[in-house]
Amino acid sequence: MITAEQKPIEEIREMLAPYKRVLTLGCGSCVAECAAGGEKETAMLASALRMAARINEEEVLIHEKTVDRQCVKAFIIPLDDIIKSYDAILSLGCGAGVQAVSEMYQEVPVIPALNTEFLGETRDQGYWVENCLGCGDCMLYYFGGVCPLARCSKQILNGPCGGSVEGRCEVNPDIPCAWQLIIDRLTRFGALDRLAEIYPPKNWARKQGSGPRKIVREDQQP
Amino acid sequence: MSDKSRLKEVLDHGGFAVTAECGPPKGADAQVILEKAELLRNRVDAVNVTDNQTAIVRMSSLAACVLLKGAGLDPVLQMVVRDRNRIALQSDILGAAALGVHNILCLSGDHQRFGNQPECIGVFDLDSIQLVQVARGMRDKSAILGGEPLDKAPDIFIGAAANPFADPLEFRVTRLAKKIKAGADFIQTQCIYNLNRFETWLSMAADRGLTEETFILGGVTPLKSAGMARYMKERVSGMDIPDELIKRMDGVPREKQREEGIRICVETIWRLKEMPAVRGVHIMAIEWESAVEEIAERAGLLPRPVIQKG
Repeated sequence: MITAEQKPIEEIREMLAPYKRVLTLGCGSCVAECAAGGEKETAMLASALRMAARINEEEVLIHEKTVDRQCVKAFIIPLDDIIKSYDAILSLGCGAGVQAVSEMYQEVPVIPALNTEFLGETRDQGYWVENCLGCGDCMLYYFGGVCPLARCSKQILNGPCGGSVEGRCEVNPDIPCAWQLIIDRLTRFGALDRLAEIYPPKNWARKQGSGPRKIVREDQQP
Repeated sequence: MSDKSRLKEVLDHGGFAVTAECGPPKGADAQVILEKAELLRNRVDAVNVTDNQTAIVRMSSLAACVLLKGAGLDPVLQMVVRDRNRIALQSDILGAAALGVHNILCLSGDHQRFGNQPECIGVFDLDSIQLVQVARGMRDKSAILGGEPLDKAPDIFIGAAANPFADPLEFRVTRLAKKIKAGADFIQTQCIYNLNRFETWLSMAADRGLTEETFILGGVTPLKSAGMARYMKERVSGMDIPDELIKRMDGVPREKQREEGIRICVETIWRLKEMPAVRGVHIMAIEWESAVEEIAERAGLLPRPVIQKG
């Protein structure tokens, strides 16, 4: 999923300063899972903004609503009926959600309330880790299910570097050395010999070789 | 002045090679490099120039190498993959060879987090092993990555680093094998303080025949103080300094600690000279180039051999 964290409320208030009628728009998917932009967080942010406005004697209307997925047009369309009542949308979607809503409502400013972080997993309650770069050419098979591009600080495809000590990364001892994990996994599967070969330079063309990516599938189109 | 790698010639002729490290200044003063050149002239076979080490912005390694070359020394261009993508790295290899720099050392580079530009992007388009492989392809196949031919192949002697003290030990030898397979003509090791661990690694490498396939230069760094030893042990990842050494440094008064650091370094070199698989030493006297002469002298490394020009 895509993870995100809420921006500081001061920053949000600064961006909202020119607007009097604001729709705070949550998203029920990834950002709800990482407790940054779901229904609950949207209600909390809206109420914090209303309280701040009251304390500062500002005349503003702040409503809230959460859609299932801000990044899917079909889920945004229901906003058509209410959008005219607002002069700005404060989106608690990820970067993709903010832009999908902007694309739909060209006349309305859509302000991001979150910092979108990374593609990751919920490792534990309140603990999310990055583990995929979305490189467009998955190599997890070769590396025992641990991605060195996302999880090695130096993106080394022929690791580990000289900074791996007792399974920790030199960049920060909180970070497990991805290469130690790779070696441990492949050893367990009896497949360590996979690493004897030199892994060639990554083909980044799959990620950024033709500008922003898109997927077009005719079989899925009406 | 020979237009070949002096380091390669010394090693090819069976000599015990000596190289030293030279850190470029945090400024545009060529004089700093030329002064360091004088401290190292005739004391070492080649001078290894760091590439924005610890991710701190300094005069470029290539520029400093060219200054050393002009002063008649044989420079080793360190190239880290942190700051340049494959276009820039290949371009700089061609430029270096064109300017008479015929040794390169391919490294990952210290992570940008440790330097004075922590907000920069870390490039890491190639890793160090891939850079070795690319450099070898440019030299031996006269082709860049992807196969496009070069008008003239670069004449380069290619090096890589190895850290016998990082984990996991077993895989350290596999990684050495990968570097050699990629095309590393010589290997420069991390600073050696733990000779037992170094010998274990070396014998594991020898068992796989690796020490016959590349020239291994043992890395040494004279300790300036007990504090430096402790700092390196605790803060520099992959640096293995046994407690006995720290105790030994602590055991002498502060004003004598530099002298003790040099003594330890000299003893280490004598030990390394007794290991047939070690083909030279790389002296990394960090911002202490003036110590190199004394170390080389006391370790019986002087005078350096004269290479016949041919």
